[in-house]
Amino acid sequence: MTTIANDILAAIGGVPQTASDVVVEAIDVRKSFGRLQVLKGVSLTVGRAEVVVMIGASGSGKTTFIRCINHLEKIQAGRISVNGHLIGYREANGRLIEDREPNIARQRREIGMVFQRFNLFPHLTALGNVIEAPIRVRGVPEREAIETGRALLARVGLSAKEEAYPAQLSGGQQQRVAIARALAMKPALMLFDEPTSALDPEMIGEVLEVMQELAREGMTMIVVTHEMGFAREVADRVVMMDEGVIIEEGTPEHFFTAPEQERTKAFLSKIL
Amino acid sequence: MPFDMVFAANGGASLTFDLDFFLRFVFQPSPALLSGLAITIYVAVFAQLAGTILGTLSALAGMSRLRLVRAISGIYVWFFRGTPLLVQMFLVYFGTPYLLGGLDLFPRDVNIGFINLRGAILAGLVALSINEGAYMSEIVRAGILSVDLGQTEAAKSLGMTYGLTMRRIVLPQALRVIIPPLGNEFNNMLKTTSLMSIIAVEELFRVAQAANSATFKAFEAYFGVALYYLALTTIWSAVQGRIERRLGASAGRERQPGLWARMLGLSRSRDGQVGR
Ligand SMILES: Nc1ncnc2c1ncn2[C@@H]1O[C@H](COP(=O)(O)OP(=O)(O)OP(=O)(O)O)[C@@H](O)[C@H]1O
Ligand SMILES: [Mg+2]
Repeated sequence: MTTIANDILAAIGGVPQTASDVVVEAIDVRKSFGRLQVLKGVSLTVGRAEVVVMIGASGSGKTTFIRCINHLEKIQAGRISVNGHLIGYREANGRLIEDREPNIARQRREIGMVFQRFNLFPHLTALGNVIEAPIRVRGVPEREAIETGRALLARVGLSAKEEAYPAQLSGGQQQRVAIARALAMKPALMLFDEPTSALDPEMIGEVLEVMQELAREGMTMIVVTHEMGFAREVADRVVMMDEGVIIEEGTPEHFFTAPEQERTKAFLSKIL
Repeated sequence: MPFDMVFAANGGASLTFDLDFFLRFVFQPSPALLSGLAITIYVAVFAQLAGTILGTLSALAGMSRLRLVRAISGIYVWFFRGTPLLVQMFLVYFGTPYLLGGLDLFPRDVNIGFINLRGAILAGLVALSINEGAYMSEIVRAGILSVDLGQTEAAKSLGMTYGLTMRRIVLPQALRVIIPPLGNEFNNMLKTTSLMSIIAVEELFRVAQAANSATFKAFEAYFGVALYYLALTTIWSAVQGRIERRLGASAGRERQPGLWARMLGLSRSRDGQVGR
């Protein structure tokens, strides 16, 4: 059995400090791929230690939106700030100009991301995956990074797998390594894009458990997921996306008992 | 000598094979042949090294966001793959000094640090490197494209810069795809160095030519030197096989063909390989 510790963030010295109470502020974000407008004015504010779950039909723009938050996608209009800093752009004479690549890279250190398909580095061990960015990006001394990395892996139930390569791990184990890898950078915000949808059913629980624990310990998170059990228990707020806009948001109770929009009702009836 | 008689017995025309000369040529190599061998090996090694570095830079330039940078890489590959190496070698050796107003770019002796080279060798090395870079550019490009985009995105999401992402994440994984064709390139390179004979570099083949004009034992000299090339490429094939098997084992992939299968051309052809 997998044992998930109840002090995961202690491995990185507690909840990473954030400069402001508002961790994410997205205002009227618009994004197109060529002619296709995918985000048509999305605004979302996420407070410190808040957990926001995003739901919505396939193609509604959930992935695109959270990729905009760490500037894996450019946006055409609107603005996104994390911890009070504009992401991907800087302001000059009232206009937004795309920031230089090293600055964008620096901003991404504060934002952890967990992908649907894990995207672990296959040529590095589990521990290697976790310590790579702290050493190369943050300049953490190797010994310290290894110590932190081991502590993180142990807390997500993988101390026996430090030296295993990703190909030698199950999907659930790989995703837990991916979460540890993101946490090792001590991010102020964690983004999850359907972290369990590529997993066999019996492995979903161990990953959700880690995420639930992070939420309990006060990590700020945006989670795209269709695991409504997770939303019910963990989310502070649920956001429903439809065709590039947020059409409804509220507490999990609201969504389970009295959703207002027809599209929301239709969507929920399909996945519940 | 009895051996000669066997050949001479063949009809009226007399074939002569001087076994003695041949055996001495091969097994008691003259200092000139040994020095030719050394030149062949080190020019091949350094040209392959430089070509691989050039090719990597060109591949990265070819994927740049800047159109001008992409264009430079494109023209480089286009020109050097589209023209004969022989012409390129003349262009470098005779052409560039002329272009630079008769500047003696490749003098008899070139001193780079503590290394002393013949100018012609340097010119040959430069031409081979630039030519090889154009072929390696395509190979490295295919290698980089073989790495899942999710790898780059994961690296970026951790705050890695472009350079760090390439060096630590993408290129190490691309190596798996790059190494087999790189090995074949080096096999070619060992043989292609013989073209330097025409700019009077005293590598293996040039030494054989000299032996021929001194003795008129053409077959013995050229066959002898062919065996030297064969030995070089055979040894390299064995080394290459080891490297690839180790690489394949670490990735848990199917076994690579063995030495004999590889040399006799029994292995399936690999994609991403560039013929010449
Ligand atoms: N790189 C891209 N180029 C062109 N179109 C894209 C690209 N990425 C996404 N899209 C399009 O943008 C739209 C929104 O895609 P997105 O991946 O954000 O949806 P999603 O809500 O995450 O859906 P899913 O639940 O299937 O993951 C889709 O129509 C998709 O085809
Ligand atoms: Mg998606």
